[in-house]
Amino acid sequence: MSRQPYVRPMSKTTWYMRNGRYQVYMLREMTSFLVGFYTFLTIYALYTLTANSPDAWNSFISSQQGPFMAVFHGLALLYFLLYQTFPWFKLAPKAMPIQLGEKKLPGSYIVVAHYVAWVIASAIIFWLAGVI
Amino acid sequence: MAIAKKSVIWSLFAAGGTLTAFIFPALMALFLLIATGNVPDGLQYQQFHTFAVSWLGKAALFVVLFLSLWHAAHRLRVVAHDFGIRKDKLVANVVYLVATIGTVLTAYFLLSIN
Repeated sequence: MSRQPYVRPMSKTTWYMRNGRYQVYMLREMTSFLVGFYTFLTIYALYTLTANSPDAWNSFISSQQGPFMAVFHGLALLYFLLYQTFPWFKLAPKAMPIQLGEKKLPGSYIVVAHYVAWVIASAIIFWLAGVI
Repeated sequence: MAIAKKSVIWSLFAAGGTLTAFIFPALMALFLLIATGNVPDGLQYQQFHTFAVSWLGKAALFVVLFLSLWHAAHRLRVVAHDFGIRKDKLVANVVYLVATIGTVLTAYFLLSIN
């Protein structure tokens, strides 16, 4: 190694602003905050059930109502679909290619299968929750 | 990090990513319904409590929350690096500690619902 290796100057905190692909990468990375937020929100919801009486649960439900939370959840849902769910399905054939003898199963089949499974999984959750 | 440990963390991240991609939109839609005042029947106290009391309900909730916690922890560790925080050991300890606490609380709360 040379004694004075060239180190390309690069900001540690704003490097992703230089390139559109990196910006999209960072937008995708931000969904991990949403995963954390909704996970702890759900854990808190379970905590209100540990009283084993309707009062704590009902006050949790009413604390979650209102236009602010509605707008927040609406935007979060849209953001999550655009930057977590759909990209995850899109990369599935690259992460898990299916080999059939000499050939590979076309990636589009795997992507479509993911969308079908997603609709079914969502339908099961909505059915369990009594929405449909 | 030892290779053996890395593979465990990686598989939890991958499993959690797939799981959250599939079911978080529905979870968020349920919170949206609650926020707009249209609380679904299945989320009324009686029905949801019955679900959380059943072993199948407890198992489903635990798997979802466990994988989501470890998925988020691993990704937030990478996010910290991306934002220029270079103390990876400290960040890793913090995020995995929070995920461990979340896992323990989830198990404890689920067992307390009866």
